[in-house]
Parts: sequence; C-alpha cells; structure tokens
Amino acid sequence: MNQMIISAATEGAEAANPLVPNLWEMGVVLAGFVVLFYIVVKFVVPMFEKTFAERAEAIEGGIAKAEKAQAEASAALEEYKQQLTDARAEANRIREEARAEGAQILADLKEKAAAESARITAQAQTQIESERQAAVVSLRTEVGTLATTLASRIVGESLSDDARAARVVDRFLADLETQNAGVAK
Amino acid sequence: MHLPAIVPWGVADGFSKQMLLVILSVVIIATFFLLAARKQQLVPGKLQFAGEAAYGFVRNSIAKDIIGGKDFIKYVPLLFSLFFFILVNNIYGAIPVIQLPSFSHVGGAYVLAAIVYFTWIGIGVKKNGLKYFKLATVPSGVPVYILPIVIPIEIISNFLVRPVTHSLRLFATMLAGHLIVMIAGSGIEYLVMQENILLKGTSVLVLVGAIAMYMLEALIMALQAYVFTLLTAIYIEGALHADSH
Repeated sequence: MNQMIISAATEGAEAANPLVPNLWEMGVVLAGFVVLFYIVVKFVVPMFEKTFAERAEAIEGGIAKAEKAQAEASAALEEYKQQLTDARAEANRIREEARAEGAQILADLKEKAAAESARITAQAQTQIESERQAAVVSLRTEVGTLATTLASRIVGESLSDDARAARVVDRFLADLETQNAGVAK
Repeated sequence: MHLPAIVPWGVADGFSKQMLLVILSVVIIATFFLLAARKQQLVPGKLQFAGEAAYGFVRNSIAKDIIGGKDFIKYVPLLFSLFFFILVNNIYGAIPVIQLPSFSHVGGAYVLAAIVYFTWIGIGVKKNGLKYFKLATVPSGVPVYILPIVIPIEIISNFLVRPVTHSLRLFATMLAGHLIVMIAGSGIEYLVMQENILLKGTSVLVLVGAIAMYMLEALIMALQAYVFTLLTAIYIEGALHADSH
C-alpha cells in the first residue's frame, strides 16, 4: 500500500506540473459554476430578496401601524378630555342658570303672592262694606217694623195707617241718627 | 497529483473524481438553497433560517460592507455563487473518504479567477469608459517624476499579478492542505507497520499532529472561500469607484 502511494506520487510528479491545468477540469468547473450562477441569479437571490423585502416591510408596516394607533389613541384621549372639560363647563353653566332662574321664579312668586294677598284683602273689604250696607238697609226695615209694632203695642194706637207709621218711623230714625251722630262725635 | 479518471478507468484525461465532485457541489448548493428558499415565510423555519443566515452573510458581510451603496445587490449573485461554490468544494477535503478539495487541482482556480478578472475589468470599463485604465494605473496626487515608476508597478500589480495571486492563493492552500493530510496519513501507516514497538508508538504523535493539521485545514478551507470572495468584492468595488481612488 505504502509503496503504491509513493510510486503513484512519483509518477504523478513526473507526469504533471501542478501549475499546468487539466483542460477538462477547467471546462467542468466553468460549466458547473455557470449552471450554479444561473440558478442563483434566477431563483435563489430573488427568493431571498423577496422575503427580506417583505420582512422589512412587515416590520416597518407594523411600526407605522403601531404609531398610527398611538396617535389615534392620544387624539381620542384629547377629545375625551376636551369633551369632559366642555361637559363640566356646560354643567356649571346650567347650574348657574338654574340658580338664577330659581331666584327669578321665587321673586315672581313672592310678587304674585303679595299681589294676590292685596287683591284678596281688597275684595274682602269690599264684601264687608257691601254686607254692612245690606245689613244697615235690612236693619233699617226690620227696626222700623219692630219699632212700629212695639210702639203700637205701647201706645195702643193702631199704627195701621201706613203713612202715619212711615212718618213715625222716619222721625224716629232721624232722631236715632242724630243721636248716633252725636255719639260718634 | 491527478487522480485516475473514473471513465475510462485509470486514464488521466478521462472523467475524474474531481470533476464528479465539482458537479456534485453544484447539485448540493442548488438543492440546499432552493429547498431553503422554496417556502418563504416571514417567520422562517429551521432550514429557511439556515439558508437566510448563509445568504445574509454573503449579502451583508461581504457585498454590502465592501461594495456598499445602492447597487451592491447587483453583485450579490456572483459573490454568493463564488463563496458557496468554493466553500463546498474546499470542504470536500475535510470529509473522510472524499478528501479531495476540488481546487487542489489548479484548473478550477484559474477559471474562477479569470471570471472575476474579466468581471471587474468589465465593470470598470462600463462605469468609466476606456478612461478606466488610466484611473486604475495612474494614482492621483502622486508627483509627476514618480509616475514613470508608479505606473508600471500599478499595471503589473493590478492587471498581471492580481489574477495570478487570486487563483494561486486558493489553489496553493488547498493543495498544501491536501498534501499535509495525505503525508500525515501515509506517515502514520508507515510508522504503524514498523517492527520496533517504540517506532510504532511514535505514530500516535503523528496522529495528534495530523488531527491538529486537519482542524487547521478545515479552518483554512472556509477561510479561503471567504478570502477569495472578499477579494472579488474589493476588486469590484475598486472598479466601481476608480475615480475616487
């Protein structure tokens, strides 16, 4: 075995300078490399580049999407804050308005009540006055009749004569009134 | 150094093991990346993640960092193909039974270096016109009396030496690694066959050394794929921005 290798090596050394190429081997390497290069250009590089590009896009797209979502969220937050502020201002305004309105209503009611009470008082006074007048009139008639009856009983004189009776009553009343006026004075 | 051909068996100019491995590497790389890229999802599975990590390494750590700008993506396919083509073909050398880095045969290294050479010159001419050759060989800001020395140096280093070093760096490291592993293997075998028990025992030392060398070689295999691709990116970048250098 050993001898074989040595002899093969020496034979090889005699047969060929290692710097002199075998043309067939050059041809095979050239053809092999061209085939490989074709496959790489045609399939391998485009496939990998496509994935790289897609991945870069996916990552960048994801970042962009996240940024967009963030922006939307903060915009929504701003909007809610704004709405909250608005709502607070609105509530304050309504409260103020209600207070003012309540005061107004109270004042109105007070005024109305005062007017009403004045009206009722006046009405009552008028009524009292008219009733007094009615009472005076009816009293005058009653008192006349009673007095006449009484007087006729006392006097024993029939005062059936109306004219006379009326005259007597009137005279009596006139006396009474003068008395009353004197007392009033 | 040429292995016997497979078809017809034993003839040096036939279809060799190295050729089979080169074709196999194309199948391996294409299958892996097509499978990894087949079901593309935003959240990757294990295979897709591995594929993306490998692709992203060439795309970002080599193409984007070196070439930069907006149009680095145009050169990603070339750099990607080069890196994995060389990587897989180098790693063959670290796989037991196969143990043949394809670029320990110089032809493949010449081919790849030539492809890169014509690519960057083409890019330079397309970008700057024929003025590119002036930009690439006459450095700006150099005193006129030094130019007669600088211009020949620039021509030699950029247009003559560059493709040679580019190919031979890959080839030489792979060949050296291959030779070391082979020599260590046959050395161990030779020592184990010895009658003397002490001499037989020294084979353990060679084994330890061979394992260390094997680890180093595995590192160099990956490193050379990276270096080759990185230099390609640097050459392309130099051609693209020749006017600012």
